[in-house]
Amino acid sequence: MASTDISMPTTTPVAVPVPQILAHEVERPNTGWTSWVTTTDHKKIAIMYMVLTFVFFILGGVEALLIRLQLAQANNTLLTPQTYNELFTLHGTTMVFLFVVPVWAGLGNYFVPLMIGARDMAFPKLNAMSFWMLLMGGIVFYASIFWAPPECGWFCYSPLSSSTYLPSGGVDAWIFLIHLTGISSLVGAVNFYATIANMRAPGMGWGRLPLFCWAMLTYAILLILALPVIAGAVTLLLTDRHFGTHFFDASSGGSPLLWQHLFWFFGHPEVYIMILPGFGVVSEILPVFARKPIFGYKAIAAATVVIAFLGLLVWAHHMFATPSPTIVLVFFMMSSFLIAVPTGVKIFNWIATLWRGTIEYKTPLLFCVGFIGTFLVGGITGVFLAVFPIDWQLTDTYFVVAHLHYVLVGGAVFTIFAALYYWFPKMSGRMMSEPLGKLSFWLMLIGFHVTFFIQHSIGLDGMPRRIYEYDDVGNLQLYNLISTVGSFILAAGIGVTIINVYVSLKKGAIAGPDPWKANTLEWYTQSPPPANNFDTVPRIRSVEPMKDIRRQIARQGEEREPERAMAGASAAPGDELQSA
Amino acid sequence: MNTLRPALGPTRRTSHLRRHAPWVALAAALGLSLLLPGQALADFWTPESGGSSNADAIDNLYKFVLAISAIIFIGVEGALIYCLVKFRARKGAVAAQIRGNTRLEIGWTVGAAAIVIVLAVATFIALPSIRNPDDSGAAGLNLAASGVAPGVLVAAGPTKKLPPSGKSLNIKVVGQQYLWRYSYPDGDENTLNDTFSYEEMVVPTDTAVTLDIQARDVAHSWWIPALGGKFDALPGYTNYTWFKVPKGMEGRVFTGQCAELCGRNHANMTARVRAVSPADFEAFIAQRKQDIQSANDAAATTRKQLEPELSDSGSAEPKQ
Ligand SMILES: [Cu+2]
Repeated sequence: MASTDISMPTTTPVAVPVPQILAHEVERPNTGWTSWVTTTDHKKIAIMYMVLTFVFFILGGVEALLIRLQLAQANNTLLTPQTYNELFTLHGTTMVFLFVVPVWAGLGNYFVPLMIGARDMAFPKLNAMSFWMLLMGGIVFYASIFWAPPECGWFCYSPLSSSTYLPSGGVDAWIFLIHLTGISSLVGAVNFYATIANMRAPGMGWGRLPLFCWAMLTYAILLILALPVIAGAVTLLLTDRHFGTHFFDASSGGSPLLWQHLFWFFGHPEVYIMILPGFGVVSEILPVFARKPIFGYKAIAAATVVIAFLGLLVWAHHMFATPSPTIVLVFFMMSSFLIAVPTGVKIFNWIATLWRGTIEYKTPLLFCVGFIGTFLVGGITGVFLAVFPIDWQLTDTYFVVAHLHYVLVGGAVFTIFAALYYWFPKMSGRMMSEPLGKLSFWLMLIGFHVTFFIQHSIGLDGMPRRIYEYDDVGNLQLYNLISTVGSFILAAGIGVTIINVYVSLKKGAIAGPDPWKANTLEWYTQSPPPANNFDTVPRIRSVEPMKDIRRQIARQGEEREPERAMAGASAAPGDELQSA
Repeated sequence: MNTLRPALGPTRRTSHLRRHAPWVALAAALGLSLLLPGQALADFWTPESGGSSNADAIDNLYKFVLAISAIIFIGVEGALIYCLVKFRARKGAVAAQIRGNTRLEIGWTVGAAAIVIVLAVATFIALPSIRNPDDSGAAGLNLAASGVAPGVLVAAGPTKKLPPSGKSLNIKVVGQQYLWRYSYPDGDENTLNDTFSYEEMVVPTDTAVTLDIQARDVAHSWWIPALGGKFDALPGYTNYTWFKVPKGMEGRVFTGQCAELCGRNHANMTARVRAVSPADFEAFIAQRKQDIQSANDAAATTRKQLEPELSDSGSAEPKQ
């Protein structure tokens, strides 16, 4: 506490005395690896989540680079068709189920309790179980690479996924991955909901909940609504494959279309599960670096909830080419259009937050701005795909591949990196290198657009997704080569951040509790926070409690300046609490 | 207070050029990627079309959406970049403490909704020309008199549309790993003896062609970009689409390929549609009929020759 005695805002007056914890530990604490394996501390669990999900992120990234290498030349023979199909199945499944969804669980685990002034998640042991289930899911799935990985794509359409066409155990490994990561996410979601609903600091009404927590609450609700459906669907698939049922077998009265409906009823909310927390991160970071309050707090919180609700009603826009009545297509077109409205509102609010601010170009802000500019393109191409006659031309082509990467890399990966750069000082106590951070950002932004912008045209020129080779007609080979070059620039940018993390952990400048002059409660405690997070939890009076606290310190500092000079010593924290 | 902000540091006053260099690089990279395609610029921004009026109608609708999108894109990115340049932290600048503006927020919500309504209206206007088949032209196959497909052989349904005249050349398209099979109507009620071909479909110009799309094993997706959109072939279902190759395009071949992952050789499940004159089409059908007949006859002869051998060797082959 020595270096933080001034900044620890112990001057906060508290109406009701909060009991202080005098001894953090009464037992001899575990050390070394056992302290990680046995932990129920939300921060340690979060660190494990982040390390594990980044390992999967790297694996998924290597798979993506192999895919791009195969496509760099027309009629390339680098990979066999079987390996190629396995790679894109591994890539999609890894990025969705083992990276983006759980990395938010990791970041949420660390920061939701800190942002709402809680000392842990509501159910610490369940929290640990969530993590270990995720690890199990990852192991079960990746173990299949030693036998036969699945080849049916990340949405594993029936009947290709049936035992007739893919008899190997890869599809079963995929099914168990869905089950295990699903239980992990479901338990985690209940935990987030209970934590946010019940453990907020005194004075933190729903109108003062940080927007990242609003986003995590919505993430949790969507998971609770969507996961049981996919769990049911993969169970039906499992019994179809091994126990003689015919839920998806048309020749015995089942329906392959049923699988598509069940999958996308989960799959589309899953998209919002992956990007809404990112929206929350942006809503936290922009005000800090623009030195301005968020523009339209209520509108952003409301838009989050509206997007989640509408997100449950748009699933069949993934199925516009299936044999479905026109009225169904029209309904899902209209609901998909509607979702553009709250999304647009958010983008306008973020830009208005920058308007007339004083913007400090730190790496977290750059990633947020890169997100807005990139995600906008994904949103716009999403409108193209919502118009079902246009979708008939675009679906299942590289246009869709481009669109979904603009949404998921623009919406999720960029915001995950923003969150990493923003919160790294809190988690490690050290700052990350700004020059390396900026280099990483520019490489990633340029690499991303070079990789994926051209893919719109690849799709418009008639190249379907998921084909391991193509003929060199028109400019297809040139476009694909550009895309491959871009993917390596993107990978280099990610590599720079990995180096940055490694270097900064050892040599980064000491951060102190609040290096960014931020707004929310996690910056009130030390970096990294102690096991119990807070000795005292201040009463919350606005969406920006740290601003209130800083203002109060400044005011009290002015008032007490003469007094202090006479005493010739700084006041002990206890004094100020009493005096308040 | 100093300890609160040790990290806000010296990068604040970099030169103007250095600050903008990355943006310039990005703009140059994007610009370059647009210039490279050269003559194929038309397909750089829009879907393929030109083989049938429904594909052209999709193309037009796409261009309309693209135009609106371009305005939104330039407006929003422009506002973003303007803010980033204009409101960067300078010495002495103080951020305006604005928390919102209800009127403005209602304004842009209504604005976004209005754009969405415009897009919906445009789609509904374009939909009939995409969804509903045209009548065959005067130069098309005479479906009433032709020996190939006399009269009306098909019936409309909730998802199947027919031309206003009720007459079309109805071809059945069946996807199987990794091949498309087409069967052409031959005028009789029996569809089992229909003439068929694989991979290459031959169609008469100026004739409304309706397709019944099915799958035999896994899911496939029928797609010839210049003839309109994709239609999934799903086991247990029949999907429908149509096209009409204009007069004067005899000899043109339109290519496409299966668009739904269907297994390891999904990439090689290609399809072609060859447009010919109605007379050539009838000749093609007659030729195919003859070829199939002689192939069947040859097979029957071989079967007959082999039959004694098979029964001698105690084959379990069921006898007819
Ligand atoms: Cu196929």
